[in-house]
This record gives sequence, C-alpha cells and structure tokens, in this order.
Amino acid sequence: MSHILKIENLHVAIEGKVILRGVNLEMHHGQTHALMGPNGSGKSTLGLAIMGHPSYTVTEGSITLDGQDITEMEADERSRMGLFMAFQRPVAVPGVKMADFLRHAATNVRRPDRKEGEELIPMREFRKELKSKMEQLKMDSEFARRYVNDGFSGGEMKRAEILTMAMLSPKFAVLDETDSGLDADAVRLASTSIAEIGREKMGLLIITHHDKLLEHNPPDYTHVMLGGRIVETGGIELARELHDHGYDRIRKAYPEADAANQELNSKEEPAMIV
Amino acid sequence: MSTDIAGNEAVGEINKYDFRTESKAFFKARKGIDKEIVNQISEIKNEPTWMRDYRLQALDIFNSKPMPKWGGAIDLDFQDIFYYLKPTSKQGKTWDEVPQEIKDTFDKLGIPEAEKKFLSGVKAQFESEVVYGSLKEDLTKQGVVFTDTDTAVREHSDLLREYFGKVIPSTDNKFAALNSAVWSGGSFIYVPKGVKIDFPLQAYFRINAENMGQFERTLIIVDEGASVHYVEGCTAPMYSSESLHSAVVEVVCKRGSRCRYTTIQNWANNIYNLVTKRAVAYGDATMEWVDGNLGSKLTMKYPAVYMMEPGARGEILSIAFASAGQHQDAGAKLVHAAPHTTGQIISKSISKGGGRSSYRGLVRVEKNAAKSKCNVVCDALILDPQSRSDTYPYIEILDQDVSVGHEASVSRIGEEQLFYLMSRGLSEAEAGTMIVNGFIEPLVKELPMEYAVEMNRLIQLQMTGSVG
Repeated sequence: MSHILKIENLHVAIEGKVILRGVNLEMHHGQTHALMGPNGSGKSTLGLAIMGHPSYTVTEGSITLDGQDITEMEADERSRMGLFMAFQRPVAVPGVKMADFLRHAATNVRRPDRKEGEELIPMREFRKELKSKMEQLKMDSEFARRYVNDGFSGGEMKRAEILTMAMLSPKFAVLDETDSGLDADAVRLASTSIAEIGREKMGLLIITHHDKLLEHNPPDYTHVMLGGRIVETGGIELARELHDHGYDRIRKAYPEADAANQELNSKEEPAMIV
Repeated sequence: MSTDIAGNEAVGEINKYDFRTESKAFFKARKGIDKEIVNQISEIKNEPTWMRDYRLQALDIFNSKPMPKWGGAIDLDFQDIFYYLKPTSKQGKTWDEVPQEIKDTFDKLGIPEAEKKFLSGVKAQFESEVVYGSLKEDLTKQGVVFTDTDTAVREHSDLLREYFGKVIPSTDNKFAALNSAVWSGGSFIYVPKGVKIDFPLQAYFRINAENMGQFERTLIIVDEGASVHYVEGCTAPMYSSESLHSAVVEVVCKRGSRCRYTTIQNWANNIYNLVTKRAVAYGDATMEWVDGNLGSKLTMKYPAVYMMEPGARGEILSIAFASAGQHQDAGAKLVHAAPHTTGQIISKSISKGGGRSSYRGLVRVEKNAAKSKCNVVCDALILDPQSRSDTYPYIEILDQDVSVGHEASVSRIGEEQLFYLMSRGLSEAEAGTMIVNGFIEPLVKELPMEYAVEMNRLIQLQMTGSVG
C-alpha cells in the first residue's frame, strides 16, 4: 500500500512564461510534506501542474504515480488515479447541488472505468456516507443541498474542499493555502479536519504561509520553493524557522533562485484563478 | 446585447427518440392546402357549419398574410405538406383498445408506466387525432372537462364556441391562420369555478408521418377561483424531409384563477416549430408559462400573457437549447393592460455545436397601467465558439408610474469550471452536462418530477450526442 508520487525535473510554463524550473519531489503514501516559499515562487503552479490544469504546460520533466507517467493525463484521469487538490479559490457551479456533484465525483473516483451515464453509487448508501462525513466535519446537513461553492464564504469553501477530499479519499492530496482567508477558529477546524481525514491516510502536500495548519499536521518534510525550484528540504524545524524568521536566509543562500523569483514577480502575476 | 460568432459546423446529433412505427393510416388527405382539403377535414370530423366557415375564412387570411419578416429563415413549401391524417377510426377508451403499432410508439416513450405513477389524465396525440384519453372520475364529477378539441366541438359546442379564437384570432399571424384552417386534435380543458386540480393534467404529442404537419389546437378555460396545471411533452422521430408543427394554444384565466402551462419539447431537428401561445389573465389571476424548447430546425415561440385587470400576474419561464443546425427563436410577451399588474420573464438559452438561440421578448405597459411591475432576466450560455446567442428585448412603456427591470447576461462554459469538475473525476462531457443542468436548474425545479428527470436526460443526450 505504499504509493509513490514522484516529480522529476519538472519545468512548467503558463502562456509561454516559465514558472517552474526543475522541481524534484518524492512523496510516499502516509507522509505529510509542507511546501513553503515567498509569494510567486511557484507553489500553486506545482499543485496545479500535478492536478493537470490545461493552462499549465509541462515543457520538461515528468510526474509519475506508482511508476506510471501521468504528465500528459487529463485532470479527470488523474483524479480517478487518486490525486486531489484542495483549491485556494474553488469555482462556483450554480444550480448544481453539492450532494449531486459529490455523488458523481465519488462514483467516478471509486470506479475509475465508469462511463458517463452508468449507474452512480446508490442514493441511500451515498446519503448515509455523506451525512456521517459531514457530521465528522461539523457541517450542517443543509450544506449538501447548496449549490457548489455558490455564494459560499471563504470558510465554507475551504470546508467544502475538505469534505470533498474526505469523500474521495485520494492517495495524494495537495492543499493549497487551505488556511488563507480564515479566522483563527476556522483555521483550527480546518487543521484538525485535515489531520483527521488525511494524516497518515494519504500523502499530503500542504502549501502554506503559516504554521497553524502544520500544528495538527506536523510535516515529515518541509520544502522551500524559490524562483520555481525547491531549494531546500528539511524537517519540521525548517517550517518553524521560516515561520519565525521569514525567507531572508533562504534568499541570501540561493541568490540565483532569488533573482529568478524577483523576475517572476516583476511582471504581472499569472492568472491563477483556481 | 448580442453575441455573434460566425461559422457553422455540421455535427451529427443522436436523437434517442429516432424510432418510427409502421402505422396504417385510416385516412390520409392528399398533400397541399386549399378549400377542398379544408372542406374535407371539416367533413370527416363532422363539424358544425360555424367551424367549417371559421376554417374557410382562416384559409383566406392565411393566403393573404405575408410570412413573418423576423425570427428565423423559413423554407417551407406549403403545398408539399400533409395537413390531415387520421390513424384510427375511433378513439381508444382504454389502453387495450389502442392499436398495437401505436402502442409500440407510446411504449418507447414510456407512457403507460408513467401514467400509472403520475398521470391522472392522458391525452396522447398520435398524428392528428387523439387516440387515447382518460380522466379521473372525480374530475368529471366536479365538472372538469378534459378532452380533445375535436370532441369538444361536438360535445361542448357552446362553451368552446364562446372562447375559440377569441384570445388568438385567425388574423393574428400567418401561422395562427394556418392552424385555424387545418387544426386537428389538441386539448380542451374547462375547470369550473373554484375547482382546484392538485395534480398536473398531461398530454404527449407526437409527429410520426413524413411531411406530416401537426396543427393541434388547445383551449383552456379556468373559471373564477379555479386552478389547473397542464403539462405537454413532445418528442418526435427523425425524418429526412421538412415537417411543420404549428399549434395554437389559448388560455383564459378568469378572476382569481391560476393556470400553469408546462411544455417540454424535443422535436427532431428537421421540424419547423411555429407556435402561437397566448393567455389572458383577469383580476388577481395568475398565468404561468413554463416552456422548454429542445430540438427542431427552427422554433419561433413567444408565450404571452395579457394582464387585463388589476392584480393579474403573468410569469414566463423559458429555456431553449440550440444544437447543430438548430435555431431557437424563443422568448416571451407580457402586456400590462391594467394597473397593479405584475409580470416576470426568466429566459435561459444554451447554444452548442454551431446552434443559434435568440431571446425575443416584448414587455408592453399600457397607458392606464400605473403601479405595474415587470422584471425580465435573460441568461445565455454558449458552449463553444461556433455557437451563437442573440437578445432582442423590446420594451414599450406608455405609463410613467411603473417599474420595469431588465437584466441580461451571456456566459461561456469556462475552462476553470470544467477543470474544477474534472479534477473531481468527472469526464469533460459529464462536467459540461453538469454545468448546463445547473444553468437550467431554475426551470427544472419547477417541473413535475417525471419531467425534470426527462429534461435532465434530454440535456445529457444533447451534450453527449454530438462531437461539438
């Protein structure tokens, strides 16, 4: 049951602009990795490239899951293989109820060969499962009847993403700033929820600026990204250092990467709408 | 506001209802339209003189009226169409009496089961005559009339004559005149004072002979304080040559009454669907049109509500889905002819695979209609760059003391929405279907459950049936 997600020499461009310049990362099922780094260093880009966003072009390198090259796969195939990303700003799908959306998603991920129009998870069974997961996450049952991310508050969006993760139970999950825009209580709730659902049950890649999420999810590894590369990898102490002292030491230690980072940020930020 | 993307792409569509049944027509008039044909139709139906005269007069009007100069391109040879075809010699009273090949067609549409579960009264129209009808006994006891219009001419002559052609006169437009000359079948409903029917009355319409025009005529009278919900669903098998469907639907909502008229249609995409639907609503009456248009080559349909007295309400909810080779010119018309009347139009259109959808709507507030309110919302969803959507809102306000709002939006299925759903394991087609179903949810949730399921399935077929 030891799944491996392996990223080798990954170069990614969006609209011709190079953002990732050779990322290497290996994650094992059950591990928790923290991905930190200053703004615009390429953290979200790495997540979106792992998930297969069509605007993010891999120009060099590869992503493999359990030895299978998934670099060219569509997002739905990756999802069915067990990859997941909790987005920073998930998009709204008006008119589609959370429950319907999750029932389709869960069916497809559990039965990767399902063709469109084939049976879904039986309604009764699905409802029961959804209800228990929502209770676990302290979510009101009314939530299942709301339209996907439509008119959700920041906190509701993040909890919906965690609920989705709980229902899909992926092999690997990227959590992109799941703590951003939340107040202290909401961060604590998100943090404990992630720990309960994901910790040691999947491989977690937690992208964060803060250490709150990491309190309940102490990372086995901490990676620092700068200028589109992972420049340093350490343990939990690295996360603590970065939280307490910022990125000055890193910037000085890797001037080339720092220059690349500044160059990336000097132009307009790429549109990372997701 | 309009969006115009040039270029059409011919894309094959799968029509699930593309099956035909061999039917042995009992009587089939020759092709074309003239006095002889109109006389023949009236004679076979054994109609009273007034109806025959009405038909002949309408024929003259039809011949003298020009084709509409707006809407879509109509390429029809009126002399190359069958105007009347009677499939069986008499109407079946029970399912057992209905001929087998006609049953086969209905079986494919799932009518008998549907009836058991949901339908309380069925008027299933096979070509020009109603062949099967039933109505719950208690309705009959309450004085409700639910029959085909041909029968109503014979059995409820005075009642029918009082209202027939009063809401939509033959002179209204060329196709209303055509229908008035050659009409056959359709539903006639009368709900007596104070009677509230709490389940929908339903009818299925179906065209099944090549070059066969279908000209049903529906008249609904909801007497004071009464209420009714009438539902019609239309599916048609695919044929190679042009076919014409031109119905006239008249609704009279008397004081304090309520009527909802729901249509879900999925015509084969060689059919011209040119329908005139109009209701008049008197004091404190509410008329609602719920209109879902899928399929056809060209649909031109603008359900109307004329609010004649204070307190009248008119609501129109319209959805159009235009696929390859299809033009949906659909919309709504609200006329505020009295003070304190309230109107609402919600229009949603979807264009795909080079299809074209247009919203065409008219809101007219007459001079004496102070304190009236009207709100119009049109949303268009365009699924690919080949498709097109236009909006033609006409607003005529002759009284200053009114409130009229209009909002319109045009959106495209975004890459971000697709990616989001695909990142949750949904295929691209499934994600598209889900987005479209979400878009039309405001209409679907107004439908009886059975029709909501049907509507979602039709959308799914539209979404997956083509390469667009």
